[in-house]
This record gives sequence, C-alpha cells and structure tokens, in this order.
Amino acid sequence: MSHQATTAEPGEIRAIIEAERHREGPLLPILHALQSRFGHIPEAALPLIADALRLTKAEVHGVVSFYHDFREAPAGRLTLKLCRAEACQATGANALAASVLDRFGLDWHGTTPDGAVTVEPVYCLGLCACGPAAMVGERLIGRADAARIDAALAEAGA
Amino acid sequence: MKDFILPPKDWDMGTPLPRATETVSLKIDGFDVTVPAGTSVMRAAMEAGIKIPKLCATDSVEAFGSCRLCLVEIEGRRGTPASCTTPVTEGMAVKTQTPRLAKLRKGVMELYISDHPLDCLTCAANGDCELQDMAGMTGLRQVRYTPGDNHYAPTTAGSLSLNDIRAKAPDAATNARYIPKDDSNPYFTYDPAKCIVCSRCVRACEEVQGTFALTIEGRGFDSRVSFGAKSDDAMHSDCVSCGACVQACPTATLQEKSVAELGTPDRAVLTTCAYCGVGCSFKAELNGDKLVRMTPYKHGKANRGHSCVKGRFAYGYAEHPDRVLNPMIRDSIDQPWREVSWDEAMQFTAARLTKIRQDHGRKALGVITSSRCTNEETYLVQKLARAVFLNNNTDTCARVCHSPTGYGLGQTFGTSAGTQDFDSVEQTDLAVVIGANPTDGHPVFASRLRKRLRQGAKLIVLDPRRIDLLETPHMGDSWHLPLRPGTNVAVVSALAHVIVTEGLVDMDFIRTRCDTDEFAHYAEFISAPRHSPEATELLTGVPAATLRAAARAYAAAPNGAIYYGLGVTEHSQGSTTVMAIANLAMLTGNIGRPGTGVNPLRGQNNVQGSCDMGSFPHELPGYRHVKDAETRAIFESLWKVKIDPEPGLRIPNMLDAAVEGTFKALYVQGEDILQSDPDTHHVAAGLAAMDCVIVHDLFLNETANYAHVFLPGSSFLEKEGTFTNAERRINRVREVMKPKNGYADWEVTQLLANALGAGWHYTHPAQIMEEIAATTPSFANVTYDLLEEKGSVQWPCNDAAPEGTPLMHVDGFVRGKGRFIVTEYVATDEKTGPRFPLLLTTGRILSQYNVGAQTRRTENNAWHDEDLLEIHPFDAENRGVREGDWIRLASRSGETTLRATITDRVSPGVVYTTFHHPDTQANVVTTDYSDWATNCPEYKVTAVQVAPSNGPSDWQRDYAAQADRARRILPAAE
Repeated sequence: MSHQATTAEPGEIRAIIEAERHREGPLLPILHALQSRFGHIPEAALPLIADALRLTKAEVHGVVSFYHDFREAPAGRLTLKLCRAEACQATGANALAASVLDRFGLDWHGTTPDGAVTVEPVYCLGLCACGPAAMVGERLIGRADAARIDAALAEAGA
Repeated sequence: MKDFILPPKDWDMGTPLPRATETVSLKIDGFDVTVPAGTSVMRAAMEAGIKIPKLCATDSVEAFGSCRLCLVEIEGRRGTPASCTTPVTEGMAVKTQTPRLAKLRKGVMELYISDHPLDCLTCAANGDCELQDMAGMTGLRQVRYTPGDNHYAPTTAGSLSLNDIRAKAPDAATNARYIPKDDSNPYFTYDPAKCIVCSRCVRACEEVQGTFALTIEGRGFDSRVSFGAKSDDAMHSDCVSCGACVQACPTATLQEKSVAELGTPDRAVLTTCAYCGVGCSFKAELNGDKLVRMTPYKHGKANRGHSCVKGRFAYGYAEHPDRVLNPMIRDSIDQPWREVSWDEAMQFTAARLTKIRQDHGRKALGVITSSRCTNEETYLVQKLARAVFLNNNTDTCARVCHSPTGYGLGQTFGTSAGTQDFDSVEQTDLAVVIGANPTDGHPVFASRLRKRLRQGAKLIVLDPRRIDLLETPHMGDSWHLPLRPGTNVAVVSALAHVIVTEGLVDMDFIRTRCDTDEFAHYAEFISAPRHSPEATELLTGVPAATLRAAARAYAAAPNGAIYYGLGVTEHSQGSTTVMAIANLAMLTGNIGRPGTGVNPLRGQNNVQGSCDMGSFPHELPGYRHVKDAETRAIFESLWKVKIDPEPGLRIPNMLDAAVEGTFKALYVQGEDILQSDPDTHHVAAGLAAMDCVIVHDLFLNETANYAHVFLPGSSFLEKEGTFTNAERRINRVREVMKPKNGYADWEVTQLLANALGAGWHYTHPAQIMEEIAATTPSFANVTYDLLEEKGSVQWPCNDAAPEGTPLMHVDGFVRGKGRFIVTEYVATDEKTGPRFPLLLTTGRILSQYNVGAQTRRTENNAWHDEDLLEIHPFDAENRGVREGDWIRLASRSGETTLRATITDRVSPGVVYTTFHHPDTQANVVTTDYSDWATNCPEYKVTAVQVAPSNGPSDWQRDYAAQADRARRILPAAE
C-alpha cells in the first residue's frame, strides 16, 4: 500500500466519493479509496459520505471503526504487522512482539516519533506453518525474528 | 425497558407483536399457547406468563439474538436456539427451564458481570436494571473470572463524568478502555462503563425513532455505543433527544438525569402529553407527588410507546419559578400587579365585567378558549360566553391555525377533522406531506412515517424548504416540490390537472362516492391549460417534470395518504388549498381505507377538541351553527338561557371592535395572543383599548402585559380531563399532582361564572363530559368509564359507532356524496416588490413549542435559544450578510432584528424563521391578511427585506421596556 498523508480537502473527498458511489455497496470502496489517498479516513469525510449515500455519520463511523485496517489517523511511512494468532503464539510471537515493541518504545498501533514505522497487531497472515509471521509494508516474513524484521525495515527504507 | 412498575399487560414481551391474523398453537413448559403466526418463542412464552431471561430483546425493536441468555430447548431440535429469534411453529414443544439451560445462562451472566462495575447500591438504575434482574433470575452467585480487562474506572466505585475525572481523580483514567460518562445532553447521561453492548439503544434509534444517531463503534471487546462519530458527544451528534434509547436501555448506561437526582419512582399515573396534536400517552412516574420522569406508554394508540424531546423531557416548566401561583389584579395596565385572594380576584373581575355589560351591552364581552386546555375546560369557557355573557363572542387559537381545515373538509367531505388514525400510516404506499414539517412539529408521527418510508413507501413533499423528512436515512423514492410561498393552490391544482388530463382518475370511486355533476364541472375546470404544471412553473417555481412525476406517483400508489400542516392553512387561500387537497384524494380514490386519507397535522394537543367543543363564534359544540334553532334548543333547555342566534366575533374582529371602542372585556384562557397572533402592533392596540383583560395562564405571558386580572392556571399534570388529538382520539388527562395554584382550570372558570351569578356546580370534569355527551351527537357515547375501559376512543362515538371511529368516510362521506369544488388560484395581496423583495415564511423547530411559554422554561433551550433567520447563500451574499450576523427583518407591518443563518435549505428569494422567542417577535413582521373564508392569518407569506443590523429595533426596545413595567408585582399586603 503506498499512500501519502496529506490534508484532506472537502472538494477532493467529494470527488473520491463521486467516483465510487455508483457501485453496488459503495461504502467500502469509498473508504478504501479515501484511505489509499490520505493514508487514513479523515473524520471530515464521514458526513460527506453519509450525505452522498443517505446514511448517517454514526452509521459510517460504525463501519469505519469496525475494520481495524481503516485508520483514524495516518500511519507511519511503513507499517509493521506482527501476527498474534494462535499458531504464531505457539512459536514465540508474544516474546518477539514484546521485544520489538520494547525496542521501538511503542505500544500496539503506535508510530515511532520520526514517523517511520507503525506497529500493528494482526490475526493470521496465512503463514501458520512458518511462524512467527510478520509483514513489513506489503512484504511477508516467515520465521520472523528481530534481525529479519530489522533487515526488512532497513531494506524498505525505514 | 425503563419501566419497572409493571402490571402484566405492560410487561416487556421481548419482541414486537406480528401482524398476522392466522394463529399457531404450541406447548411451552407443557402449557398450551396460541399466538399469531410469526410470533417469537420468547413472546409466546410471555403470553403464557412464562418469563424467559433476556437482555438484548425488548418489544419495541426487532429481535437481535446477541445476548444468548434467552436460549431454550425445543423438542426434536438440536442445540439451544435463542427464543427471541426463533418463530413459533405448529405443535412445537418448548422447554424454558432445564439444567443445561440454567448452566448456559449462568455462564453468560458471569461473562457480562465480569465487565460491569458492581456499584449497584449507588447506581441510578438500582431497582430498575435488567442486568440486575437477570443476575437474580439466573441465580448468579459467583463470578469465577479474576478481575481483568474491563471498561470501568478501576479506582472508583461507579464512574465519573469527564469533568469529575479531571477535577477529582486524574489517575482514574489510567484504564485505557475507560470512557468517561457523557453528560452533554441536558436530560440523560451515557455511561460507557456500564454498557453491556446489547445494541438496544442503537436499534431503538434506528427502528423506533429513525434518526440513526447511534452506532456500535469498534468490534469485539472494544465495542462501545457511540453517538455520531469519534469526536461527537450526544449533544453534538444527530441525536434529537427523543428518549427512545434511554427507554430501551436495560441498565444505567443511558439514564435520565432526573432519576439519578431524585431516585427511582414508586408509582405511575397514565396521562396524555400536552404539547402537539399527536397526543402521546405517557406514564408520569412519581415519588409521592414529585414527578421523577415521563415515559411513553407502549399501549398509547397514538404513539405506540414512542416520544419526543418535548413530551418525554420538557415538563420542567410546571415547576418553574416563573409560574404565578396567586391571582393578581390591577386597575390599569400601567400599575404594578397586586397579589390577592381568589375571592377578591373574582369579586374584582365580576364587578368590572358587570359594569362593562351595563355600560356597553352584553356584546362588549368575549372569551378565547385554549387549545392547550382540556375539552371540559374549553366547553366551560364557551359556555361562559353563551350562557353567562349571553353572546357568541368565543373564539380559539384554531382561528390562527386550522380554521380553514374545518371549513374546507366540512365543505367537501362533511366533517372538519382528519380521516384516519395514525396507525393508518403503516399501510401507506405513498405519503404526500404539504406545508408541514413533521420531524419538528409532530415528531412521533414523523418517526412512524419514516419507518414506513424505510419499508419502501414513497414521499412527496410540497414545501418551500427542504425539510428534514426529505433526508430520511434509508428512504426510497422522494420528490420535493419547492414551491414559492403563497402558491399552494396553483401547485395542488397542477397535480390535479395532471391526474385528470392524463386519465389517472379513479372513476369507479368517483361514480359511486362523489357527486358526478360537480365532478364533471370540476374536471372541465381543472383540465384547462392554465392549470398545467408547465403553465404554472414560472409562478410556483416547481419544475413541471418533477410535478408530473409526483402526480403520477400519487395516482399510481395503491394507498396514497396526504398529511398537511399550517403551511396549507395559514394563507389567504388556506381554505381553497384544503379543498384542493380533498379534491386530490377524491380524484384518486384515496379515502376510506387504511393507508389513505386527508390528515391535518393539528398543532396543539387539543386544537381538535377546542374546535369540537364549540369554541368558534358561529358554532355550538359538534360544529352545529348557532343559527340552527334545533341545536340552540338543546342547549337552551339545559342551560335555561336564551342563546344568541347571531354568530359572535372572531379574534381579529374582537380586536378591531376594541380599537373602535365597542368591545371592552376579554377572558383569555391559556393563549398568548400578543405573541402568537399576526400583526403584533394591532393586537397590542386592541388589548390596550379594553377595560378588563383577564389572562388565565401558567405564566405572565406577553398578553398579560395588557391584562387587568391574572388568574393562575394549572398545568396538565394537575387536572382531570380529556384532550382530543389530530386523529379525533379522545385521550384521558389525569391528575398527577394537586394544582399548585389551588384550582384546576375548569374550577377557575366555574368560580368566575359563579361570581357572575351562573350557579354552576360541577364537582368533577366527568360531569362536564356527561353534559357534552348529552348535547353533542358525535360524543353521545363518550364517558369517563368508556375511556377507562378502552384507553381512548375516536369520535364519532355514538350508537352507530359505540367504540368510536378510527377511519372516516369508509362507505360513504359524512355529507353523503363527496363534493368537488373548483379551486381557482388567486394570488395573495401580499406581494414582493423593490422595497420588500423576499418572501418570509415561518415555522417551528423540534425542541421548542409554539410561543415557547413552556419549552423556553426547560433545558430545551440548549438546542434552540434564539430564533434565527434562514437565508439562501445567494441572498445573503447580495446583502453582505454572513453566518451569525444580526440582521434587520422588515415588512410593511413592522420590523424586528434577529441573527441569520445561511443555508440552501430555503430557495433563493425565500427566508424562514421560527416564532418561539418573545424578544424576536416574528409576528411584528407578519401582516393582517387572512384566509378569505375563515380569517386564518397569512403567517406563511410576508414580503420582507433583510439588511445587516447592529442591534434591536426600536419596537424591540420599547416592547422590552413596556413588558418590564407591566410585569412588576407588589409584595402581598401584610
């Protein structure tokens, strides 16, 4: 996912909504398009989406907040996802997560002060056979450890 | 349900009653039960008196199946289905109590309780909490989970508001999941710490109210109820404070502040709301005579368990310090008031009235009855005029609202009332809303309409403004016809033109039900090209294509219903529009069935009743003309007086006569004519010219500034009686507490009559109703006993319809054949020009009611504390007016100042304001033009100019000074 965090202008939000509203079930496509453009779903977009789709702000908020991937604020330039599902936990995911978070000085969903990395929990990346699993940007990492994660982050330019 | 004082018939049945007529029989715990098909197992069990534990189910919303507490076992089925989402089937055998179910339920309860602050003893819902009840019912004795992740403030028992947190316990917020209490709404709090996420509030907001202001945010353990989006609170969301969520909440999560303050009530009195014409039934819940809260009554036939911010919460005015509790008199209006005893007030008044009668004759006296008072009280006031003053000088505020309805529907159908009950809307396929703003003016009806719109009914709105109804979430097709104020007749006639010329007429209906000669004449008239939408487009501003589409949709709908309000009647052609509407319904055969009809949305709680009770100067009770000797004879023999056969004066005529010096005394019960009637200058001049103005009211209202006698009134909580709502439903009003002023209003009128030697001796309003029933055929069978038994009845209620009449004109019109009347459009004399280029139209807002005498004295001001002028961005820019600027609003009659708000909800050329606040006095601006047939004032069209301003107008300054002088009260003599 490449996205660029910029201030969301109502005009641009409206244009994005307009481009997707003809679709069947247009809410999720609109949200994806907004997130892809702004790196998050700006709260200012909620009433505009509600108006366009004859929904209410609360309903749109309900959907946005239901999906963890829709962000309320822009993430860091890179997102590091660490799997916390059962198979990975069985292969040491919790210890790995603790050490990664500790090293960055972050809690889950936190972003490093330089805006480089955001750490997110994820529940299964489909790599159960080679846990613990992680994902840096779009790149999957099996048998993750601190060194492999660092390498991947460095390679991605964090 | 916030409703713990429950006789069995008021039990929460868990799921709604289905419509089906066929029935299903089953066994529950061995007992035979027969219920309508589609009933849930849970409801069937309740019908048999067997309560199944539940948390997420309540009978105001559809089953949801999330709490997993209502599980049952069904013979022949695997597992333990939720009884709320399982419909009954024939021969089903259900077990509600087994060891397996008990274990499951206990396990579920343990999980709930593991994330609930156990501060029951200090909780506002203590004793009124379903979570508490269910813990008891399932026998929960321990929670095996060790304290862990939770949503409540860990350091305190209970939970604190945001302000408390900051002030007292900064460390309490260390629990990241803890969200402080939201106390932004003046009437209720939202405490996320106590939420069990049953979604009842969210579903009530959606299904019952239709606002969709609430949602569940997050997922899993993070889920919480949220008003609007993340940064919103209750007050800054779409929430309209109807109370449906509070009503649905099983815990203290959504809780009335009054209960938090006063404690849970211990008794309830069933009564009727005294705000709008919907006439919602409420339970007044009390401790002793202390009113703790009002909750909507689910068996109320008008509201079906729903309420709005006014009825449910805005009752505080009844105990407001402004309320006057002692009679007051003064010799002239420049003197301060003097508090006196009831005796002295009555002697003073009687002496003045007697002298005026001697000096100026019996026709110099008159009364104005109140649409806010009961039928019985109204009846007595008009009786005072007819039997004691011996004239017909009685009028009522319906003069200024729905008098054209009376005339128009009387002429075409034969009765001056709405044709349907509110339940009828559930079967409507298309609703036409004309000159009404139900979401603000008749909110509970609007919610019922919106529910139907979400189910697929279509909507046509004729209104200069884009009203909120047009923005109903999840609604289907709608058409907005944004007409220029004053062109109603042209637009409604154009709709009829399309229906007639495109052959969409229901000829079968017309042949059997209507006068066909008159139809032929009408059809020829309306077919003329000058009525076509294309011909009238320029005049009305309604695009012809939209109008044609709307007309076709109405004609094509299996059931089309028309609902209209004061935007129809308050015009120089108000009566003509009412008749045009009646024509439209007859043309398409939309009369006499559920889901159809012509329905005036009456403004006030008892405006229908005040008209029924003979408040008009030409009509005795039951709409019988005073010229009719037979009717007069009925009353003459009972009252032992001679009734004047000549109609009396209407309100505007009284004021004209006062200015001329021939009308000297007026008894005004519960109406503020100075603020509510048009052309304030003229009203003030009329009142100032009288020698005895008697104001009978809760407060020193604006009219009282010109009064000589002030008689304190009683609130609707303090008297027995009946109100008749917009669907002709006679609802009981019950004494919840003793009158704080000493007497119910009917007693005060009786005191006055007796001071004049009338010799009345009513001891209970039931006796007045007996007299009404004995003299008025449409009320013949109405008795308090019947109302007690049925809850309410809709008139006519007589031998032909002993249980009342929900639908009128079912087999034939009351007048026989329906009558088509030609409706020629005649432009009002109030015209825009270079000096006054804009058209002003007026209306109301949800949180305030009419002149605001009541709602301004409640927390409802949090929503609307001043009147604002809505102006289109184009007109605003032309005049250099920005959002929130003070502006001068001037017409040919006068000028006032208020602040502007810029919105494209109004069309260019049209401005809009409300009239709730006396310091604005919107009626200084309105003119004295009025309906040709009934004198109903033309509030809805005034040519005005808007210009930036920097302060109050001269009139506002003078008026405020006069009001301050006139309201002085001398301390009572020792």
